Amino acid sequence: MLDAPDKVLDCVGLFCPMPILKTREAMRAMAVGQLIEMLSDDPASEADMKSWTGRTGHDLVAVERNGTVFRFIVRKTG
Amino acid sequence: MSRVYLDYAGFAPVDPRVLAVMRPFLEGGVGNPSAPHSLGLEARASLDGARAKVARLFGGTPAGVIFTATATEANNLAVRGLAARAAGRHVVASAIEHISILNACRDLEKQGFAVTLAPVDGDGRVDPDAIARAIRRDTVLVSVTAASGEIGTVQPIREIGRVTRERGVALHVDAVGAVGRVPLAVDECGIDLLTVSSNDLYGPPGAAALWVRPDVKLAPLTLGGAQEGGYRAGTENLPAIVGMGVAADFSRSEGPAEVARLTILRDRLLDGVLARVADSRLTGAPGAARLPHHVSLLTPGVKADAVLMELDFRGVSASSGSACASLTEQPSHVLRAIGCDGPVAESALCFTLGRWTTGPEIDVVLDVLPVIVARLRRLAP
Repeated sequence: MLDAPDKVLDCVGLFCPMPILKTREAMRAMAVGQLIEMLSDDPASEADMKSWTGRTGHDLVAVERNGTVFRFIVRKTG
Repeated sequence: MSRVYLDYAGFAPVDPRVLAVMRPFLEGGVGNPSAPHSLGLEARASLDGARAKVARLFGGTPAGVIFTATATEANNLAVRGLAARAAGRHVVASAIEHISILNACRDLEKQGFAVTLAPVDGDGRVDPDAIARAIRRDTVLVSVTAASGEIGTVQPIREIGRVTRERGVALHVDAVGAVGRVPLAVDECGIDLLTVSSNDLYGPPGAAALWVRPDVKLAPLTLGGAQEGGYRAGTENLPAIVGMGVAADFSRSEGPAEVARLTILRDRLLDGVLARVADSRLTGAPGAARLPHHVSLLTPGVKADAVLMELDFRGVSASSGSACASLTEQPSHVLRAIGCDGPVAESALCFTLGRWTTGPEIDVVLDVLPVIVARLRRLAP
């Protein structure tokens, strides 16, 4: 069971690059180890988030899909 | 030494001759094109004059021109406007379309449409056969850019148009970057919708257009009054539209000579960099299959951001080719589509030449770029 996220970011309705830009911006203000939950209904966001966390080294802890909305949980690593 | 500006695709200075024609439209003595008084009628005549000039650039019917504020808006109107009126639920686009096409397609996906992104080869060329294979019984639109703004590859639009004609599917062409630089007559190429931008023609920003063949049905995205045939409500930006018309005229009359001049400068820059920067290589197609004002390349071992900053410091303005990719620190979708991924994609540079680019300016880049890359490579871990 995951801890409750330290921050929730609603990006529903926005398209690439906004979900990643906003996630990156929000994570700047967070401490290492904290969790962010990001919601997005951009069909490209799953591939984008996987690629972005892969490149930046942040930990994509969970990806869930509820209807058209993806829920990403990311742990800040550095 | 004044600044060497090689980011014409990002923003082109407005031609002073265009600006001179626009000035009275900003300073007064001109009405709203919808107004019933004589100044309004004159404004309406100027608006329709610009419509004819823009249409002439690609051989379209003037009545098919819908003025918008940006090419992004025109692309949205093409994809989302056409899909809203069509019976089928499938659209095809190339994998290297501008983000405005891709995000419009993703919006359709959210509404239940299926989207097929046709792949490109290593040069970024869309294979017309791949378009033919992607088309289904319920396909309503194929959207392919005439030339990639990021890697400069000119697409075989005529061959793609033959495929879409045979299959009875509408073809939209995002012609920003290509109109006025490569042959693009809508009838010969089988184009049903075409996007063109004012600033790309050395006209003012704030104007663009979607041309639509008379039998193509669209739903407007912006609702309001009766401007632009009801397809784009809102008071027209008449100064910018008039400027776009004048710019289109210059592009038509001076385009061929300009293309010849820029091609020579382009090759001087490209060949010079490839010869002087070890391991550098072109992205996109070479020679005649490439936009005449466009140089894009990779300089492995360095990051484009650092090179661009050093170039800027030495008075040279260039770009990485994709603002979106630099913002998200991701390799751009265009580079990934041509098989360029990983660290090397971070070294992508893009130089776009224009009406006022000179040979000595190219030589400045050839002097400073090899030094910058060599120094950054020495510093790299």
